[in-house]
Amino acid sequence: MPFLTAGDPNIETTQAILKEIGSAGANLCEVGVPYSDPIADGPTIQASYQRALDNGFRLQHVFDMGAKLPADGMPLVTMVSYAIIFRTGLKQYVQQAKAAGYAGAIVPDLLVEEADEFAQVCRDADFSLIQLVTPTTPRERQVQIANSSSGFLYYVSVTGITGERVELPKDLTDNVQWLRSQTDLPICIGFGISGPETAAKLAPVSDGLIVGSAVVRRIAAAKDAAEATENVKSFVGELRQAIDNA
Amino acid sequence: MSSAPLESNASAAVPDERGRFGDFGGRFVPETLTRALDQLAEEYELAKKDKAFQTELRGLLKTFVGRPSPLYLAKRLTDAVGGAQIWLKREDLNHTGAHKINNTLGQALLTLRMGKTRVIAETGAGQHGVASATACAHFGLPCTVYMGSEDIRRQKPNVFSMKLMGADICPVESGSKTLRDAVNEAMRDWMSSVENTHYIIGSVIGPHPFPMMVRDFQAIIGQETREQCRDTLDRLPDCVVACVGGGSNAAGMFYPFVEDDGVRLVGVEAGGRGTDPGDHASPLSFGSPGVLHGSYSYVMQDDDGQTCDVHSMSAGLDYPGVGPEHSYWKDTGRVNYIECGDDAALQAFDQLARTEGIIAALESSHAIAKAMTIAADMPSDQHVVVCLSGRGDKDAMEIARLRGETW
Repeated sequence: MPFLTAGDPNIETTQAILKEIGSAGANLCEVGVPYSDPIADGPTIQASYQRALDNGFRLQHVFDMGAKLPADGMPLVTMVSYAIIFRTGLKQYVQQAKAAGYAGAIVPDLLVEEADEFAQVCRDADFSLIQLVTPTTPRERQVQIANSSSGFLYYVSVTGITGERVELPKDLTDNVQWLRSQTDLPICIGFGISGPETAAKLAPVSDGLIVGSAVVRRIAAAKDAAEATENVKSFVGELRQAIDNA
Repeated sequence: MSSAPLESNASAAVPDERGRFGDFGGRFVPETLTRALDQLAEEYELAKKDKAFQTELRGLLKTFVGRPSPLYLAKRLTDAVGGAQIWLKREDLNHTGAHKINNTLGQALLTLRMGKTRVIAETGAGQHGVASATACAHFGLPCTVYMGSEDIRRQKPNVFSMKLMGADICPVESGSKTLRDAVNEAMRDWMSSVENTHYIIGSVIGPHPFPMMVRDFQAIIGQETREQCRDTLDRLPDCVVACVGGGSNAAGMFYPFVEDDGVRLVGVEAGGRGTDPGDHASPLSFGSPGVLHGSYSYVMQDDDGQTCDVHSMSAGLDYPGVGPEHSYWKDTGRVNYIECGDDAALQAFDQLARTEGIIAALESSHAIAKAMTIAADMPSDQHVVVCLSGRGDKDAMEIARLRGETW
């Protein structure tokens, strides 16, 4: 499950990549909505948000792009700050996202205590609200989060911000397995996954792996949309192979 | 200007257990921080009721900070204005030169209480950075201060002071390179270091319990002012004025007066160089409710919810958001928020220096400017108290630069 920043460096590039990566082996894609003040993101994703905003990114671009992509393609979810959802209006946001073909939203700064109203709006629209569990979340609370989540549960591998890591915590596998015993939702792991080697290690315990910074870095390194698409496609292919062989 | 009772339903019994001041406040942060915020809220509740903690803090405020700070009648300024008596609450005379130390000592004590071994802080004007570095030097805690590179340029003397006291300064190059970006970087550090690190937020902003806790630590400003007015005037003041960036000196000054309907409260935001977006830092005057830095409050944002760039010549007010309790006080009508531009603040800075021999911080000069205007319309038997939140030594170089003078 790759993560792309919408509009980095422009929305045409994002759209071109999204068209291609389903066939390269991605099951779902997270579309990151650039935000001016992201707290959970490391330097790579922060810089991609800044590039997109400097190039005139608007929220409407995410909806326009979604509507142009084939309806039978891989599912798309947005990763979006609550600042943006709130400003747009909770119902309005969900209606527009759903009409544009998005299946759900990951809202990294919406805690379960503050999520009641938005969760209800999502349920009413049959739109997934994917919530996050982290290594600092007490177990009782993990269950509470799982119960209010829909679509899948996002397990954050590290105590920290997004970005590639050489090593992931040793107790990660045990923690995810425990959580699996508490919920029927698929559990996907994200944050810190740098490439095929980490993916192969985590594949057996997860239902999906979210790879963000490593993808965004490959887009930033490309000279044009065609090269960016090629870079991401081959990287997704490598990840797919590693996961399938694990 | 009249001192007729105001119709306001603002309560001092806020926030609720979820950190809501009316609709404002709450917690909008990544899940990773929840446990640390819960722990902080629990420890703070225990500390509030713990006599030993309170005694230690009060003792430090007296012997280390030099409290109580005087309430001073600015006689020549009053005469020059020709209206109500203008009193200055001299937070500029505190150790480190501003109100910020009231909060950092409290939070540093809490850091020790929680068994955490490292402190991080953000700073704009550098006053909170200096106050954090000071508290950490006092307790022997390592301290890292995030500061925008534009603010490092504007506030060099404070940067040097922080280094002298052993703090590490991390220049922030992202975004507008000011206070807002420094908060983002400090939050990101905290995301990774939360197990052993406490983040001393410097204003009444951020996720619950910070807005409440910082207000409480700063409330000593208003509590002393009440007592001093009772002792000197035998009554409460008619009007209290304070500048508002994130809003900590104003929150600390206003809070003890919130339920005194006869006391008019005025918050002064940075009007910058004009009323167009990007030219000022006045979210209460020109912004709209939204989410920034972990709480729901007024913010300068565009139609998509992206935070706008703001401007103020004073680094401490150059912030697109504001503490949620101020949003609550605005919407309940309890506090009147107005804005004061760069030029008017500079004039007030000059006038105070020449008539009273007091060099005020540029931030506080915004409050002085509006207090003069307000006092001019009031009779001479009434009293206006201004929170002189900090001293202006740190601004001397920047003022010389603005005026094209060589230092």
